[in-house]
Amino acid sequence: MKVLYFAWVRERIGKAEETIDPPAAVRTVGDLIGWLTQRGEEYARAFDRPTIIRAAIDHAHVKPDAAIAGAREIAFFPPMTGG
Amino acid sequence: MTIPITVRVQHDDFDAALETKMLTANRPEIGAVVSFIGICRSGDDDLAISEMTLEHYPGMAETEIRRHAEEARKRWPLSGVTVIHRFGTVTPGDNIVLVLTASPHREAAFQAAEFLMDYLKTNAPFWKTEKRLSGAKDVWVEAHSDDDAAASRWERE
Repeated sequence: MKVLYFAWVRERIGKAEETIDPPAAVRTVGDLIGWLTQRGEEYARAFDRPTIIRAAIDHAHVKPDAAIAGAREIAFFPPMTGG
Repeated sequence: MTIPITVRVQHDDFDAALETKMLTANRPEIGAVVSFIGICRSGDDDLAISEMTLEHYPGMAETEIRRHAEEARKRWPLSGVTVIHRFGTVTPGDNIVLVLTASPHREAAFQAAEFLMDYLKTNAPFWKTEKRLSGAKDVWVEAHSDDDAAASRWERE
């Protein structure tokens, strides 16, 4: 699946997007954050306050308990500051 | 009833007067248009900025704005909605966002415009960075809890 990062999450990880293949045990958005965090220091820094990170699956906002099965595109980003 | 809902996410500036004309042309039932224009402000003293850059999530930004425009249409008797949100770099005084709501009467237009802006602030995937006049490192604008409170007052079961 494709993962996108925005704003300071993107800056900290050092890339805007990547394709990942997490193990089957990674079922939810929250699981995925935990799995990504273990991939390296830059991920740990991006997700150091996991409760404030927002996520979207296929362009719709989701909560950490949302299942990732079947997702084409998952995005992680800080709270939004548009308008 | 279907009403015209126009949503655009664009780099270029918009013309609020022209957009209003397009929204109201040949629509004699419209009795009120509320227009909100969000503008890049300069900030004060040490926090004064030279420019601001808006990052967005292409695709989701349009989808999310349209979803809220549809929700506004369900809640109020609207005749039309236009939302234009810019991305890229702007300087103080430049336009950032336009919300137009049209209705036969003013109350629906006022409320729908406020509802849309409150939700855009907290749910549309845009993020701002500011470049300071002081030369300090660029900073990401932080989300405000009062914006969340403003959006949550529209929540309903």
